[in-house]
Amino acid sequence: MNQGEQVRYYYRFSPGKRLLHATLFSTFLGLALTGLTLRFSYAAWASGFAHAVGGFGAILFFHKAFGVLLTAAFLFHVGNIFRQVFVKRKFGMLWGPESLVPQPKDLAQMGAHFRWFFGLGPKPKFDRFAYWEKFDYWAVFWGMGVIGLSGYSMWFAPFVARFVPGSWFNVALLLHGDEALLAVWFIFTIHFFNTHLRPGSFPMDKVIFTGRQTETELAEKHPEEYERLVEQGKLESFRAGEPQRWFVTFGMVVGFAAIATGFILLLLTLFSFRR
Amino acid sequence: MNAWQRCVGVSVVVFLLTSVCWAQGSGSLQDSACLGCHGQSGFVDEQGHSLRVDPKEFSSSIHGALGCQTCHSDVTEFPHKLPVKKVACGACHSTESSDVNDSVHEAVMKSASSPACLKCHGNPHSIVSVHDSRSPVYALNLPRTCGTCHGNPELAKKYGLPNVYALYIDSIHGFALTRDGLLVAATCTSCHGAHKILGPKDPNSKVFRMNVPATCGSCHAGIEAKYLMGAHGKALKAGASEAPVCTSCHTAHSIESVRTAAWQLKTTAKCGSCHAGRAETYHDTFHGQVTTLGFVVTARCWSCHEAHEILPASDPRSSIAPANLAKTCGNCHGEVTRSFTSYDPHANHRDRTHYPGLYYTARFMNFLMLAVFTFFGLHTILWFIRSMVERRKSGGKGEETASD
Repeated sequence: MNQGEQVRYYYRFSPGKRLLHATLFSTFLGLALTGLTLRFSYAAWASGFAHAVGGFGAILFFHKAFGVLLTAAFLFHVGNIFRQVFVKRKFGMLWGPESLVPQPKDLAQMGAHFRWFFGLGPKPKFDRFAYWEKFDYWAVFWGMGVIGLSGYSMWFAPFVARFVPGSWFNVALLLHGDEALLAVWFIFTIHFFNTHLRPGSFPMDKVIFTGRQTETELAEKHPEEYERLVEQGKLESFRAGEPQRWFVTFGMVVGFAAIATGFILLLLTLFSFRR
Repeated sequence: MNAWQRCVGVSVVVFLLTSVCWAQGSGSLQDSACLGCHGQSGFVDEQGHSLRVDPKEFSSSIHGALGCQTCHSDVTEFPHKLPVKKVACGACHSTESSDVNDSVHEAVMKSASSPACLKCHGNPHSIVSVHDSRSPVYALNLPRTCGTCHGNPELAKKYGLPNVYALYIDSIHGFALTRDGLLVAATCTSCHGAHKILGPKDPNSKVFRMNVPATCGSCHAGIEAKYLMGAHGKALKAGASEAPVCTSCHTAHSIESVRTAAWQLKTTAKCGSCHAGRAETYHDTFHGQVTTLGFVVTARCWSCHEAHEILPASDPRSSIAPANLAKTCGNCHGEVTRSFTSYDPHANHRDRTHYPGLYYTARFMNFLMLAVFTFFGLHTILWFIRSMVERRKSGGKGEETASD
């Protein structure tokens, strides 16, 4: 695949989506780092980190700052979806092959994927978003709801307590911490593997950084989408130039830094986990 | 005995003793005769030990007016017979002498070749008042004097004593004495007494568990009063020998300032050494996590429960009585509603009976965690194996080749 001129690139993610992912993972790492420090307060690394970055005041400040940034990005994204669907009338976002909404086909493909794992059938032909990609996407929504709501209610506890009983804050901290741990562990194991580290993508799927994939990648990872685009003659409208060398390198550096941070946090939390 | 009575008493004794000496007339020796030899520098015994008495020092000492023979009553002629008898301080200081004989220092009293009193009071011929800064038992000098034995690691080891001098000198009492030069700072004798020092197991001891609050209270009267009103003080009064006393939390010798972050961070562990269950649930909360992390930002035990006047929630005077909660929580959280105070700073997610909401939330999160990782764990492992199999089948290429 190294005969440069023959490799054709196609866009998968717009700059807006890439920026959204970049904001999401940077704030997520920041939130995880500052939040896990409190969740694992009894561990030496947590206390050491907290003191090194300027104390609990600094930890709390950055946690809230990252939280606000992530919330803003999330709300912007949701607002954009509404605009796309209801203003631009792109109803294909709600249902159909291009949609992120789970559909019966996803369940069928999941079954087929498992059969293929055991060598009992062919590999299913995924469309623009495979079922595990949809799960990753909606998991963020669930996490945002659970972690965000519990987090903000603890931040503004005296105010929130005018509307809910104080015992809610007991539940809120538990939800906040456990859901965060679930999210952190999920991202740093399952998401990392499915997207970047599995043999088909190893060591990193750069599409989220460069926004573009090669024709081979498109045809192998999203065959249904590829065939549809070819059939409809739309493929060439997604045609992209070869990503610049520095841009790929930049994406690799940022991506590997994120993956490395994730793995360090994963190991630290696994080794010091206590119920 | 107040100072006036003491002054009169001492004057009378001195007057009587000098009269007695005077009346002995030619049978007795004048001090000048003794000092004829003992006043000379370089006057030593056969082993080379100095036998010199500094005439100036002696005359300015508290016993200066008494003359040599008052203590060395067996010396009646010149030159005198040897050996000269050990002086019995108790002949005059009978109370102190019998007190020491009843104390933990009894053995020292019997074993010493010279009067044991001198171990603390120093050179017998230059003993000055306890209020004189030259005295080894003057408040500012006392810890060092006691420390000659109790700061000696070998002696501490031999008698199984903690090396208390080092602990004391680095304590808030030690600092008050050495750094701030306070005569009111507690020294060894403030807590242990001077002559009748008894072990902590002796019910008559000032440091016997039941007596500790009164001993500390002799200076910290206000705190003692609060302590006695609190649950710990009440339990002690009722005879509960396991009830904590001052030293249980503050230690006996290494008492630290309660204003330092280092000490405040240790308090939750101290309370938790008895209240283990409460400490555990506290550490599950935001308050506890921040404390464990090492910062004194959030509430610790006594922020809500008070340090000394600890009262159960059922007592209307208690800081955690329902009617007072808004004020107690408000100390940190500002103005809070009554509903805010229904937060439980000791909620237990393992306790279904008392915290069903929290319990079922925790179980649901456990289930969610287990379900997600069982499914995706399996998914990931199977996918990995299949990928490797496909790659091998096609000689390095297979499944998806795009990553190359």
